[in-house]
Amino acid sequence: MDLLLTIMTASTPLLIAAIGELAVERSGVLNLGVEGMMVMGAVCGFAAALLTGSTFIGILAAIAAGIVMSLLFGFLTLTLVSNQVATGLALTLLGLGLSGLIGESFVGQPGVKIPNIGGIDPLIPGAILLTAAVAYVLFKTKAGLVIRAVGNSHSSAHALGYNVVAVRYLCVMFGGGCAGLAGAYLSLAYTPQWVENMTAGRGWIALALVVFASWLPWRAVAGAYLFGAISILAYTVQTFGWGIPSQFLSMLPYLVTIAALVVISGNRSLMRANTPACLGQSFVPDR
Amino acid sequence: MKKLLATAALAALAIGVASATASAATKACWVYVGPIGDFGWTYQHHQGLEAVKKEFGDKVETAYVENVPEADAERAIERLARDGCNVIYTTSFGFMEPTLKVAKKFPDVKFEHATGYKTADNVGTYNAKFHEGRYVIGQMAAKMSKTGVAGYIVSFPIPEVVSGINAFMLGAQSVNPDFKVKIVWVNTWFDPGKEADAAKVLLSQGADTMVQHTDSTAPLQIAQEQGKLGFGQASDMIQFAPKAQMTAIVDNWAPHYIKSVKAVMDGTWKSSQVWSGMAEGEVALAPFTNVPEDVAKMAAETAEAIKTGKLHPFTGPITKQDGSAVGEAGKGLADGDILGMNWYVKGIDDQLPQ
Repeated sequence: MDLLLTIMTASTPLLIAAIGELAVERSGVLNLGVEGMMVMGAVCGFAAALLTGSTFIGILAAIAAGIVMSLLFGFLTLTLVSNQVATGLALTLLGLGLSGLIGESFVGQPGVKIPNIGGIDPLIPGAILLTAAVAYVLFKTKAGLVIRAVGNSHSSAHALGYNVVAVRYLCVMFGGGCAGLAGAYLSLAYTPQWVENMTAGRGWIALALVVFASWLPWRAVAGAYLFGAISILAYTVQTFGWGIPSQFLSMLPYLVTIAALVVISGNRSLMRANTPACLGQSFVPDR
Repeated sequence: MKKLLATAALAALAIGVASATASAATKACWVYVGPIGDFGWTYQHHQGLEAVKKEFGDKVETAYVENVPEADAERAIERLARDGCNVIYTTSFGFMEPTLKVAKKFPDVKFEHATGYKTADNVGTYNAKFHEGRYVIGQMAAKMSKTGVAGYIVSFPIPEVVSGINAFMLGAQSVNPDFKVKIVWVNTWFDPGKEADAAKVLLSQGADTMVQHTDSTAPLQIAQEQGKLGFGQASDMIQFAPKAQMTAIVDNWAPHYIKSVKAVMDGTWKSSQVWSGMAEGEVALAPFTNVPEDVAKMAAETAEAIKTGKLHPFTGPITKQDGSAVGEAGKGLADGDILGMNWYVKGIDDQLPQ
């Protein structure tokens, strides 16, 4: 049970960030700034929770921070039509730097932890519910159909009268909010503290999970949990002292997750159907 | 993705280098492996920088680059050398080769590499005898542990870390010959999440005392959460785990940096291998907390004995894991043997990654 809880704790931040980015990419936008938004969420969530004493306010602040960061990205890529890849990278750099600046006075201060509800921290089931909600909206509602249409062929969606830029703005903001929440999970539940760079590359792993999950929400859950499980099991194996090289064990989560998701993505037509065709392409309404 | 990351790292470097203003002051520069906000290893080196600033005021100019990946250090070091630094401190084991490479190109710049073993005319090394502190906490762990098992989180299999594990074990065995240690290598110096995961795994495997040779406060926090005990690393981490920290091995680099910068200023700097420990105050122990008086007394006495040179943590003969013995009876191992240590002492079940 302890082990299971450890695995879920390790997987949850990846899952939350990945689900947000999945919605963004479904609308045809590639935001490589997940790491930056996440780390901003971590610092703002930590700061707000520490100053107010309320982790709930901390979580709200983290989500808000992620959304503000994503709006910056949205303004640059959707309104000013800048290159999405370059802007996303810049967003990550900005987030890492800015969070260090904001967090300077919070280094070395013990934080507050999100209280457990019924012995489990509420964001673990929360992340699963979030996945269910995203899956429902994307595939069972008209709104989801519009999002996917915008992601697959922005010109057609535009011709049908949908406001492509507005839809993308909303998705980008959702992604930002999720990344911020994932950051708050790190600084308020996983390891309740603020240290610079505490995301330590988890935003990038979340990004990779989206692709390997072939943009399907439940596969993202599988990917995130598999990744978490293998990481924790690798540590467990080390404590047995069997002499398996630790470098190999550290590599294992990446290897197994990629292998597993490649196998389940073996169906090419399904893969083609699920890859947003307009991913990363800028859209300028012609009229 | 790799290319993108590399681009990102490049840009980060360009932003990270603090710009210099030309003046006659001596310029001292630091290359950090982590963020100065890690509250551990890099934080302590930065405290050293601050101490240098305070000591010399206008006469010294400082600059630093943080978050420099070990694989990509050459560029950062060279950039500082070009920027007119008179002395550059590279503060991670992995910066050894890049430091030597850059030093060859800039014979007029002095370099000091922390925790390494290779020198050149303009490259010195400096290190702290962390193993002295680890011997003391080994004794404390053995006294306090109920299960007789410590969980030990480690970064990379380099001599500094390996000698730390051995000293800890020898200290523990001096109290309880059957003491066990479970080891997890996380292959990073700094990742609070991974360190927390490793701590949870170790505690669930029967360990009840947390020891770490990684830089974040996460393992200690997990220990506190689960009502277990542990030790701080690099900084006094008591405010993160007021109910769990027994003591912390505190790195105090300030005296060395002040001495070294002074030597550069006076033109008396020479390449040397400086290795200081408890006696010089470079390795210190945070106040003993959460332990009964007799344990605190024992720890203080051991520390005192190490300080005065009465006790050497590696006193021969020491039995290695494979059963062979090293060291002369009653004598401490030579510095070189400790600085290049690549074997475990008997009683450790882990196999050393090669």
